[in-house]
Amino acid sequence: MIHRHLISTSISSSSPSAFLGQDHLCNLRRRIVLHRVKKSWICKCSAKPSADKTAYKTKVSRNENMGKLQAGYLFPEIKRRRAAHMLKFPDAQVISLGIGDITEPIPEVIASAMAKRSKSLATIKGYSGYGAEQGEKLLRATIASTFYANLGIGEHDVFISDGAKNDISRLQVLFGSDVTVAVQDPSYPAYVDSGVIMGQTGRYQNNVGYGNIEYMKCSPDNDFFPDLSSVSRADVIFFCSPNNPTGSAASRNQLTQLVQFAKDNGSIIIYDSAYALYMSDDSPKSIFEIPGAKEVAIEISSFSKYAGFTGVRLGWTVVPKELQFSDGFPVAKDFNRIVCTCFNGASNIAQAGGLACLSPEGLEAMQEVIGFYKENTHIIIETFKSLGFNVYGGKNAPYVWVHFPGQNSWDLFEEILEKTHVVTIPGSGFGPGGEGFIRVSAFGHRANVLEACKRFKELYK
Amino acid sequence: MFKVLSYSFMPCPNFLKPRASFKVQKDAIGTRTLLNVQKDAIVCGTRTKVARNPNMERLPNNYLFPEIEARQLEHEKKYPDAQVISLGIGDTTEPIPDVITKTMSDYALSLSTLEGYSGYGAEQGNKALRLAIAQKLYPDLAVKDTEVFVSDGSQCDISRIQLLLGSKVTVAVQDPSFPAYIDSSVIIGQASDLQPTTGKYQNIEYMKCVPQNNFFPDLSNASRTDVIFFCSPNNPTGHAASREQLEQLVEFARENGSIIVYDTAYAAYITDKSPRSIYEIPGAREVAIEVSSFSKSAGFTGVRLGWTVVPEELLYSDGFPVVHDYNRIMCTCFNGASNIAQAGGLECLSTEGVRALCSKVDYYKENAQILLDTFSSLGLKAYGGVNAPYVWVHFPGRRSWDVFSEILQKTDIITVPGCGFGPGGEEFIRVGAFGHRETILEASTRLKSLFL
Repeated sequence: MIHRHLISTSISSSSPSAFLGQDHLCNLRRRIVLHRVKKSWICKCSAKPSADKTAYKTKVSRNENMGKLQAGYLFPEIKRRRAAHMLKFPDAQVISLGIGDITEPIPEVIASAMAKRSKSLATIKGYSGYGAEQGEKLLRATIASTFYANLGIGEHDVFISDGAKNDISRLQVLFGSDVTVAVQDPSYPAYVDSGVIMGQTGRYQNNVGYGNIEYMKCSPDNDFFPDLSSVSRADVIFFCSPNNPTGSAASRNQLTQLVQFAKDNGSIIIYDSAYALYMSDDSPKSIFEIPGAKEVAIEISSFSKYAGFTGVRLGWTVVPKELQFSDGFPVAKDFNRIVCTCFNGASNIAQAGGLACLSPEGLEAMQEVIGFYKENTHIIIETFKSLGFNVYGGKNAPYVWVHFPGQNSWDLFEEILEKTHVVTIPGSGFGPGGEGFIRVSAFGHRANVLEACKRFKELYK
Repeated sequence: MFKVLSYSFMPCPNFLKPRASFKVQKDAIGTRTLLNVQKDAIVCGTRTKVARNPNMERLPNNYLFPEIEARQLEHEKKYPDAQVISLGIGDTTEPIPDVITKTMSDYALSLSTLEGYSGYGAEQGNKALRLAIAQKLYPDLAVKDTEVFVSDGSQCDISRIQLLLGSKVTVAVQDPSFPAYIDSSVIIGQASDLQPTTGKYQNIEYMKCVPQNNFFPDLSNASRTDVIFFCSPNNPTGHAASREQLEQLVEFARENGSIIVYDTAYAAYITDKSPRSIYEIPGAREVAIEVSSFSKSAGFTGVRLGWTVVPEELLYSDGFPVVHDYNRIMCTCFNGASNIAQAGGLECLSTEGVRALCSKVDYYKENAQILLDTFSSLGLKAYGGVNAPYVWVHFPGRRSWDVFSEILQKTDIITVPGCGFGPGGEEFIRVGAFGHRETILEASTRLKSLFL
């Protein structure tokens, strides 16, 4: 059927060397093939069902929730456009400051711990099969002591995952389809999309968003913190700080308000702290720094953006023992049940890497890499500021949120891509509140970031 | 009172220890032994106003395997000098072949280099791996790499498939079956309530698989459901469906417009000519999703790698291709299997990798044969063990939890009570063939002394 000829142009070797020592061009070619495939998929998603009336159809109705989703998930769509652009301009040096993908290698101390664990699996003594679904004991304990010391969070409150995005969906499965949800607007698309899939939302309306979701606008006008006095009650409040995409970090004062708001409304905050270590000022790194938060909040986090684990896959979720449903049932018990039933633990090799991340040497190495990306962020901020733009974020997160008042963000995205060959992300991909903004990510080799900035200067001088 | 630690295998702090009562239903046959966890708030403090998901309330027990672990822990605490042998949870015990671990190790190290580093992979999986799975595991079956979605394991994929299908589909399972199908169905909201007298969920169709029907359901008596979970070689019975049986199944699905979710996690254990993939059956591409795993063939139970095949021809009633929605789920609710695990997976499918893994699988199969012979010599009817690493032993008239407890108490061997897999498992015990050879032999000796 589709794409056979495209697949044949890809690297078809199945030998391990196809994995190792990939050169950039190989990656590119491979991704192009993949995205040509995806392009037709995405077109089909919004197209009418197969016109071939003779094709056998089952009698199983499509999940109507899937039908509510607007086109593909944001980041594959960005990849697709990037790939299409590269096909159109094969000689262009495309620079990706779009998807927040780490570019710098994993520190050696961490990589070698994973190499060691891999090798040990070949020995009788070192082999381990199924791990505890909640994660390896030592890793749980070390996360608790490293990130939550003196906050009353213990080893048993920590659940190791294969990444924050996956836990977001598991939390949605935990809460079910009947809960109401609030999100920041703009926000990381997985919160809304997973909610749609679960059946929590109504249909989508252009420029408004999905029905039944409370969108809490975060804009320069309100210092990127929602006016809680005008926010309706929702069972679950997704809150990300430092924020993706705006880069804003909520202050202690703001988070105290948020916790109070949750308490007053009996809501549960799902606090995404995946970028906490990018914090430059003394804004709280964990929601649990706020008194009372343990009775209203779950915190999710990840090694992705700290250790370059975007491909290795490791994160964690903290569900405090104090957090209860309205009938007094501990949320952690149900989360544990989900983790045991719908998951089977993060990869043991990744977990060995996680433990190495939290060694003194590992922490230092991660800080160094984070520092590198923060310098990138600074370069990008200065560039846009010098061009007269209002620029936000970047201080406490690896994202720069650039304002283009009155302009359509997808048009902007296309213009920037067309004229500078730099991939960014249109703000409206993060929600209606992102319209008029572009997210520029700071993950990239220094040379690429400098070159991208040079091109921005050319375009907007 | 039977106190059970329901969390991880490690001891939990007291405040999290559920006060459990061990309540045995004395009336109906096939009823699971219920472990009632009291709902009294163990923690003090402010409650939120968020209602507990009613689907979670419909799960009365712990997931089966943590429950088995908890019992093992309890037993070990009670008898600290006992040499407990675990033939319960199907966990691989033999090390992963060098050729595979070296690849993973090299790959991990390469991530610390500029040339070798890679971040986010395609959510559907590494292209070379998808291609290798399609070409090497489905030769001549027209499975394309674009239909293969690499995952972190079947258990996880089962839940993602449930998320895909949604709460309104009706589901059929074999009885007995791997508990994740039912439990995930309950969690997503398909199953309705558990009926205490039968131990069955109201909205789930249970297709009995017993010796009398050669472990293949009588489809003429089966009601139509949207989805049919079918595992072959089967966990827990060990039965591999024959070509003829699978032709019936595919025909049944086609007539009813159903989707089969076909679990082939144990295909590598097939000894005879039973099909290794549902796609060996003509017409299956239009009715079946296939789920599989590297866990039991490569010892990847901790490494975490599997895959799901969703053929392009599989369409919903409105003609919409299922694969598009599955792709959307994978992009939204998942972020790819660990790249290191995937590197290992690719090596598993190399010539040398396959050869090395075959010898591991053979090792466990020899274990299974030893266990089969043991039970047979005791005059007990034991099934499976030939095409799967599980032996399914019949104890007519006896409750499986009682048999489990007796075996544990008297021989310090952990097994799995059949009713943990559904009411159809009552009177049976599942004995796993994963273990070091000397452990299996020791277990065999102890079982002989118990039952002679």
